[in-house]
Amino acid sequence: MVKQRRLINLIVYIVLIAGSFIMLGPLAWTLSTSLKSQKHVFDIPPQWIPDPITWLNYEDVWSKAPLLYGFMNSAIVVVSVLSVGLFVAAMAAYSFSKFDFPFKEGIFLALLGTMMIPYSVVMIPQYIGFSELGWVDTLLPLIVPGMFGNIVTIFFFRQFMQGSIPNDLIDAAKIDGCGYFRTFTTVALPIVKPAIAAQAALGFMGIWNDFLGPLIYLHTPERQTIQVLIASMQSNYISTSNYPSLMAASIIALLPVVIVFFFAQRYFIESLAITGIKG
Amino acid sequence: MKNKTPGYRRKEIIWSLLFIAPPILGFLIFSLTPLVTSFGLSFMSWDMFTPAKFTGVENFRYMFADEKFYKSLFNTVFLLLGVPIGMIISLVLAILMNRQLKGISIFRTIYYIPVISPIIAVSLLWQWLLNYDYGIINEFIWNIFGIQGPNWLGDPDWVKPSFIIMGLWGGVGGNMVLYLAGLQGISSSYYEAAQVDGASRWHQFKHITLPLLSPIHFYVVVMGVIGTFQSFSQMYILAADGGPEYSGATIVYYIFQEAFKYFNMGYASAVAWVLGILIFILTLFQFRISKRWVYQE
Repeated sequence: MVKQRRLINLIVYIVLIAGSFIMLGPLAWTLSTSLKSQKHVFDIPPQWIPDPITWLNYEDVWSKAPLLYGFMNSAIVVVSVLSVGLFVAAMAAYSFSKFDFPFKEGIFLALLGTMMIPYSVVMIPQYIGFSELGWVDTLLPLIVPGMFGNIVTIFFFRQFMQGSIPNDLIDAAKIDGCGYFRTFTTVALPIVKPAIAAQAALGFMGIWNDFLGPLIYLHTPERQTIQVLIASMQSNYISTSNYPSLMAASIIALLPVVIVFFFAQRYFIESLAITGIKG
Repeated sequence: MKNKTPGYRRKEIIWSLLFIAPPILGFLIFSLTPLVTSFGLSFMSWDMFTPAKFTGVENFRYMFADEKFYKSLFNTVFLLLGVPIGMIISLVLAILMNRQLKGISIFRTIYYIPVISPIIAVSLLWQWLLNYDYGIINEFIWNIFGIQGPNWLGDPDWVKPSFIIMGLWGGVGGNMVLYLAGLQGISSSYYEAAQVDGASRWHQFKHITLPLLSPIHFYVVVMGVIGTFQSFSQMYILAADGGPEYSGATIVYYIFQEAFKYFNMGYASAVAWVLGILIFILTLFQFRISKRWVYQE
């Protein structure tokens, strides 16, 4: 029995390790390519460890495309959408989970219904509207809609608040003369911090990696987000067959996300699991 | 009824409504209004520069006669193949990981990295991996099987399989985490009872594990279908102008081209509405039949 279990464990390890090679291989190959000189890229057989190692591709990409602007623009969108959007979503979730008011269920369902509307349906009228306002080629069309709170986030917070904020605590605050808004900020917000962290992690990823929206609105390179800049690399900055530089660009786009992921891993996996089961 | 509402209660209602006002406003401004506008636009012809013209059902007539529309629709449906394949792989991975083994959480992290990677960077790197002459994948195929690998992104027959492979690489980790959470939620008493009854491993899997995971199967399928119907970024990078013989264009890509390359705003809205209705019907259908197979505790 013990022997059999050991054998099974060994097989499991082997399969999982083989899978890990498939998962990490493409990333490792990208990194390796980005450190090679143009001359050695097409070597046969392919070299996994570049010799010599060169950083020139990174310098090349960095000097040709305004990547620093790209990072800053992406960061501006992420920070403004998350700071306002998460707060607003938590407020709405607080109302939905802890209080009664007319048409509560109906309103909530209507909001949930928006999840069914594909972005491509609202994208065209939104574009027309924002271009009337003169907001095309600014970050505003990417920031402003996000500030009104996202229904998925509200749903997630509502689930969390229903279980974790005791009604007694709210009543006690009320008796102590605490107003509605103060009860929210001093009682509810601290309790839902873990949920906020989880949604911040997911939100960061979603907004940072977003492409279609930024692509249709942003035209001037200095005003584009990092994803749009990287996507236009081939057509605007380096030749199509310059794979080392393309891979360097790819790594530059990957790195911040992977770093954030390593620091906030717990939140990602937890929140994904929670939304998945409850959703 | 109004005069019976005590003052503190009325205040509470007002505050509650104030708290939900932003998402409601957002809903009205950024979802409902565009939705209605888009519906109106789909019966018009408008390039944003000259005045809009009402053309009735002309957009729809054109759409159902346009070969590119059918191709992009077919391509999108073809990509749905990735959904069941991805489910099987992620379920197998989750089962493998659902045991007390040293270092198992490291694997979870490794399999999850592709999920969080930006799709643009991922598309660029797959473009290199799938390169016909120098790509590492064709190099492997040559070394192992001794045959020349396909021209992945250059051959109309291989573009969609390329997207599916890429999607699997980037997606199985996410669903794996969901399945893992589901597996950990199954009470061990079910298995113990089954063992007493002498049920084999396979029977336990088929009659306990699979049905108890059905809410997760359902979630994965619904999200997978919606996600596939909205895929765009990979196509934008890897299938410029729709790829060879338009074999890599999805519906959203088609809409994008019509709207932001040719500025056929009315026509693009019509296609977007057809896409929206398709997604709606498919999702509704899935909810309907879910009552028959999704196990509710």
